[in-house]
Amino acid sequence: MPVREKAQPVEIERVHKTFRRENGDTVKALAGVSFTAQHNTLTALVGPDGGGKTTLLRMIAGLVAADEGSACVLGMDAAADAQTVQERIGYMPQKFGLYEDLTVQQNLDLYADLHGIGIAARQTIYPRLMQMTALGPFTRRLAGLLSGGMKQKLGLACTLVSSPDLLLLDEPTVGVDPLSRRELWEIVRRQVRESGMTVIASTSYLDEAEFFDHTIALHLGKVLAEGRPQEIAARAAGRVFMASSATKATARALQSRLFRQPEIADAVPEAGLVRVVTHEAELPRNENVIYAPVTPRFEDGFMLLFRAAVGDIQATAIKLEHRPENAPAETAVEVRDLLRTFGDFVAVNHVSFDVRRGEIYGLLGPNGAGKSTTFRMLCGLIPATGGQLRVAGADLRTSRAEARAKLGYVAQKFSLYGDLSVDENLDFFASAYGLRGDRKRTRIAWAKAQFDLGAMATLPSGQLPGGYKQRLAMAAALLHEPEILFLDEATSGADPLARREFWGRITALAEQGVTVIVTTHFMEEAEYCDRVIIMDGGVALAEGSPENIRARAKRSDGHEPTMEDAFIAIVEASRQDLRKAA
Amino acid sequence: MSERQQGIRRTLAMTRKETWQILRDPSAIAIGVVLPLLMLILFGYGLSFDIKNLPVAVVVEHSSADTSSAVSALRLSPWFAVHQVGTMNEAEQMMTEHKVNAILRFPPNFSRDLARGDATLLVAVNATDANTARIALAYVTGAIGIWQARDAKDGMTVPEIANIAIESRMWFNETNQSQWFLVPGVIVMVMTLIGALLTSLVIAREWERGTFEALFATPVRPSEILLSKTIPYFVMGMLGLAFSVAGSQLLFGVPLRGSLWLLIVVSSLYLLVALGIGLVISSVSKSQFLSNQLTFLVTFLPAIMLSGFIFDIRSMPVALQLITHIFPARYFVNSLQTIFLAGDVWPVILPDAAILAVMAAVLMRIAVKSTRKRIA
Repeated sequence: MPVREKAQPVEIERVHKTFRRENGDTVKALAGVSFTAQHNTLTALVGPDGGGKTTLLRMIAGLVAADEGSACVLGMDAAADAQTVQERIGYMPQKFGLYEDLTVQQNLDLYADLHGIGIAARQTIYPRLMQMTALGPFTRRLAGLLSGGMKQKLGLACTLVSSPDLLLLDEPTVGVDPLSRRELWEIVRRQVRESGMTVIASTSYLDEAEFFDHTIALHLGKVLAEGRPQEIAARAAGRVFMASSATKATARALQSRLFRQPEIADAVPEAGLVRVVTHEAELPRNENVIYAPVTPRFEDGFMLLFRAAVGDIQATAIKLEHRPENAPAETAVEVRDLLRTFGDFVAVNHVSFDVRRGEIYGLLGPNGAGKSTTFRMLCGLIPATGGQLRVAGADLRTSRAEARAKLGYVAQKFSLYGDLSVDENLDFFASAYGLRGDRKRTRIAWAKAQFDLGAMATLPSGQLPGGYKQRLAMAAALLHEPEILFLDEATSGADPLARREFWGRITALAEQGVTVIVTTHFMEEAEYCDRVIIMDGGVALAEGSPENIRARAKRSDGHEPTMEDAFIAIVEASRQDLRKAA
Repeated sequence: MSERQQGIRRTLAMTRKETWQILRDPSAIAIGVVLPLLMLILFGYGLSFDIKNLPVAVVVEHSSADTSSAVSALRLSPWFAVHQVGTMNEAEQMMTEHKVNAILRFPPNFSRDLARGDATLLVAVNATDANTARIALAYVTGAIGIWQARDAKDGMTVPEIANIAIESRMWFNETNQSQWFLVPGVIVMVMTLIGALLTSLVIAREWERGTFEALFATPVRPSEILLSKTIPYFVMGMLGLAFSVAGSQLLFGVPLRGSLWLLIVVSSLYLLVALGIGLVISSVSKSQFLSNQLTFLVTFLPAIMLSGFIFDIRSMPVALQLITHIFPARYFVNSLQTIFLAGDVWPVILPDAAILAVMAAVLMRIAVKSTRKRIA
């Protein structure tokens, strides 16, 4: 086949791709996308779900053919010469195809065999990969028994085993904790530095785009903008401020107020203040807010572009029919010496904390820290091995049903019935919570009005756009007017705007006296919480307000440490202590 | 290394991976080893189509030498438990109360009619269970036929026809043991489960878990993926065959009158057909649930209902008889029963084997054509 000299590794020219859904609708995944990935660089595809990132990567891997336009990969046509392209690339899909019933070594061997790597070559490749991924001690372990972060590292190792010229990574860090994320990206950067590899990766974590050489912002199958991250950031130059309240309002309250203002493109709580991006260089006039200009970063520039493309945001105010009755100072959740073991393994090791009524409380920790187990015990889904657990005044060990009636639960994957419409889902969940007759009708009407679901009422919930799924899941969990709402990684994989809307609703709920307990992998989201607890290895490492937690870390560059800095510092310090002790 | 060697190496690597997965997966072992044994035991001991001590009400309204001789003939037979009553009413009552499954009525002028040579008997069977009813009817008419024939030998009455039907049923199965007839059927079910169901499931699982996407982006060829799915399950199917044959010999002493190599050849052909169906189904449906349903409908149910293994094809309505021709199980069952109970009857086995071979070739071709390394 003809190999054009000096061609860049990936040259995409005006590609289009349309998919047909099962119900006959057509979805335009890519609408005239063009871009070039330069040799030996790191290119990021950023953007919300449905932006076309995955389709584009599959096209480069020769797994999807373009309807129109051309995809030239390593000098070859990706569709026509797919087989040859696939011999020279490494592709890690979103749910990477690890065989969970094979061991770490067997998975590696399989990919080495498929790429025809000789026995001699393996002797140099394997030790290097094992050292990089720190998987060395686990070669005989079944892949299915690895933690989420380790699975991703093994997936990466399998893709790197053939030393490909081009590496394609589809959201490699979704659902991975900040520590593992950092390690994963370090491996990728080393490949670019040392092996001259070209890398294209998609991500929905905007902060990760910061260290890429080139970024392409995709939205609804079109390129919104491209350039170096600094160039994207520069678009917000002079429009980024740290806002603080002159009236001593909390950062969260200020954020929810500012985010609704039309002049403001983005507002997120950060380090006790609110980071604000304005549409114009002019500041909104408000005597009670003090603004201090700061240097923009990638996320600011992206959000500015994104808001311009999306237009108005949905109202996120929620008005409860009845506020939870009890006095505000009362303890909603009381956890004492909580213990949970699975055989010899101690998943949760004597953890204690209290959550006050109307508080937003965050459970943070790396993959396998025991936070999901804690969460499930709080919801009464699994029994505790030991300790005390009181939720909404009821002891979970003796009166589980009573406690359950007072709590709402939004699971990680939203337990909605994909084939049922929005109306049918709400009807089902209302009945499941024991609502009947007039009460059921008013509650469903309330949920549809508050969450703006009316227009989607007859659509099967499986076909709802991402943000709406989240809304429906939350609406369903609130039908029976719970006093406490549990949210398990509910923002994982959601686009930045949907996440902000989501937190807007949580803030509104908390203001009206609903207690909210969340887990999240987005450390900046911890800033919305009143208090957080950080867990690792089943043990509580730190508890307190975001400010308290942040104060535990120091940055070498003198900047105010972020939640993520603090999180990593705390977890690493504890792990070092453990190593010393052992 | 040449491309050919590379291809062989990739296929071997994939086959090894598949084997590891089978060995780690208890459900695969259960289907391959436990299921054949379980079905042998179930069909051998539990599900028997023979009827012993069939409760029969015998209505003798006017006793005579002929009727008592017939009744005692029935009483002596191990197949019946005779309840003699005087009126039809009593007999009907017993039938409604499920105390008897059949009524045999000797009319009042039975002896006179018999002497004239045109006696009629009423036989009524409870047909709620059609299968048992048919067997009961055959037994009762058969028993009367035998009695008649014996009496005829003594020169007492005019011989009548009637005993041919039973003769045919007992031909290859002298002791009238349905195990002999059923055990070959177990082989069909095991082969179908391993070939079609397990194969379509493991492929659908790769789609569901997203393992195919990563695999597709490697140099592996579609034909190599198919081959690596075929080899381990072929071996497993043959193991299932070995278990079934060994079990049938050891537990029930089912004779194998044909040759073993022919049994293996015909079974291999059917296994390839089943694998082909599994591969084609899984290229259409990418979910385990749908694959499961489709495979059951297309292969497993026809293998039980329409193959002649449980229900004799000759006694089906003509339309249904025609439909059975499109299901491979029919040809396999036919050949198996011949090999086991009759021997290497070439005029029966050759056409069946030829049809299976053609089916296997066509299905494998479709499978290769329809498997492409493409997502969506």
